[in-house]
Amino acid sequence: MSNAAQNKPVPGMNEKDWKAIANSKAFKHLIAIKRTFIVPAFAIFFLNYLALAVLVGYAPKFASTRVIGTVTIAYLFALSQFAVGWLIAALYLLAAAKFDALTADILAHAGELHGGQ
Amino acid sequence: MSISLAVFLVFVAGTFGITYWAAKRSSGASEYFAAGRKIAAWQNGFAVAGDFMSAASFLGLIGLIALQGLDGILYAVGGFVAFVTILLLMAEPLRNLGKYTIGDVLAYRLSPRLVRALAAFSTLTTATFYMIAQMVGAGALVNLLLADSGITYNMAVVGVGALMMIYVVFGGMLATTWVQIVKAMLLSACGVILTVLVLKRFQFHLIDFFAAASQVAYHQKEQLVVRDFLQPGLHYHLPHGPVDLLSLSLMFVFGTAGLPHVLVKFYTVPDAKTARHSVVWAMLIIGGFYVLATVLGLAAAVMIGPDSILARGGTNMAGPRLAQAVGGDLLLAFVSAVAFATILAVVAGLMISASTSFAHDFWTNVIHRGKERTAGESVLVARIAALALGAASVLIATRLGPGSNVIILATFGMVVAASANFPVLALSIYWRRFNTAGAVAGLMVGLLSSLALIVASPNIMGVDAASATGGRHLIQARPWFPYENVGIVSVPLGFLAAVVATWLTKEPTAEAKFDELMVRANTGLGAERAATQCLADH
Repeated sequence: MSNAAQNKPVPGMNEKDWKAIANSKAFKHLIAIKRTFIVPAFAIFFLNYLALAVLVGYAPKFASTRVIGTVTIAYLFALSQFAVGWLIAALYLLAAAKFDALTADILAHAGELHGGQ
Repeated sequence: MSISLAVFLVFVAGTFGITYWAAKRSSGASEYFAAGRKIAAWQNGFAVAGDFMSAASFLGLIGLIALQGLDGILYAVGGFVAFVTILLLMAEPLRNLGKYTIGDVLAYRLSPRLVRALAAFSTLTTATFYMIAQMVGAGALVNLLLADSGITYNMAVVGVGALMMIYVVFGGMLATTWVQIVKAMLLSACGVILTVLVLKRFQFHLIDFFAAASQVAYHQKEQLVVRDFLQPGLHYHLPHGPVDLLSLSLMFVFGTAGLPHVLVKFYTVPDAKTARHSVVWAMLIIGGFYVLATVLGLAAAVMIGPDSILARGGTNMAGPRLAQAVGGDLLLAFVSAVAFATILAVVAGLMISASTSFAHDFWTNVIHRGKERTAGESVLVARIAALALGAASVLIATRLGPGSNVIILATFGMVVAASANFPVLALSIYWRRFNTAGAVAGLMVGLLSSLALIVASPNIMGVDAASATGGRHLIQARPWFPYENVGIVSVPLGFLAAVVATWLTKEPTAEAKFDELMVRANTGLGAERAATQCLADH
């Protein structure tokens, strides 16, 4: 066995087979539902994170407003980034259970096509 | 012998045990480079945390918050957010597409020798800068912590280099991973113990603690000032502040997602699902530690004070001194030992990613066109590369000396990752039209623009007063580039170069292979398997 061989072809799979899977209804569905989760999730996270820099940089007075005791909006907004990150992670794990189920279907179907690997 | 040294020696003995165990199990390239792909999700989560959280994010961060308050806290947030990028965009496709290096992902459908050569160059550049920064940090730390035990800066640098070479050369990725797991656990424990002891001083009344943090008194230009450390503006303020902050944010959100030594950790798990779970574990560990670090940084400002921190030991010592204040010499010893463990684990991770890239991308695939001439050649080359790279970094770190600016070196690694590695990796995974010309242009422009801008920035250029002591600027001239953080220009430039060069050229083979890439990235069909299954295959 050559450890260095890269991208050795998958047994029984040629370019046509890959294209067939890529263009199959099931695979397109998988990509579509992945996209509907990942794109908005990343956009919300990214904009929310940039908002922290914008708020702190351009509106330091407002960001210095005290909310609870001496704790400021800036500190709470900074901490909320962790909460948002964890929330997105939790939602992603939930959504990914669906992705995994669809992936298993696609793989089972691909296996049938190519004599079950 | 000081207690710190004793605690540290116990840790080193433990890591030798791990290395011995790993060396006995390790056989074959997949074991050496990717720990046999058998690491569990929680283990890899701790390993990623141990790989990523460097001395900068432990000692540096607490000191930064202790001096800059909220502006320093933004660094804690920045260290965490990139893992959302990794979770949503990188970890799973990477696991399915690659084998040992980030070069694998690029070579999947692009002209393999060219992109591998560049990926190896970029990996070695980021890793070396990071590694030297860590070693200088380790040496400087010893100067301060173990001054009474007679260990000098140079001895510490050589010691860290030697230990790291032992882990990597004999134990490979498996030993590195377990050293990182143990370190992440120690670091988390450190964070929790310190936080509890700090808050105990305030009878666990958070309101009282934050009230104290809202009025920290210190001297600024020989005048006593009282500042609210929960308000922004202590470091970043107009006119350049806001843009600098956005620049910093861009670097963080993409930088970590382009760091080779972090990304290769996802090759050590059996499948994409485990990779996903391990990122979430890492997010819990890293995020949890950084939330505690904000408290510890503020506590250092309140209980030790910026004046005292600057007068004795500088920013890097704020954390250890806080430990001494709340827990006495024993806790100081523990925290210092954990700081060394932190550096060792990160340096080992950098070393294995760099030597793997040299052996797998450059030696085997570029020079020998993907053929191993004798069995085990790539592992042997990686071991030799680890020795050579380790020796070179030790040499450079001892030459630079303890006074050199660690932040510039580490930031350079991060900015190159954000401007060169991330755009090219992301585009090759997600954009059908992307091609070799785009990858070459993106890597080159990202790398060169970040280097040039850092040299022209206030990090390197500046006019110091003749009386100024300590860190003088390397180039005594007004900076050409006004911002400290260069990501706001270099990251878009990296993306732009990759996109423009792609549009100017056509590469039908790369486009044709995109379907295969997409199926493999999303389903794992044809992806590298765990070691036991791999043996059954052949």
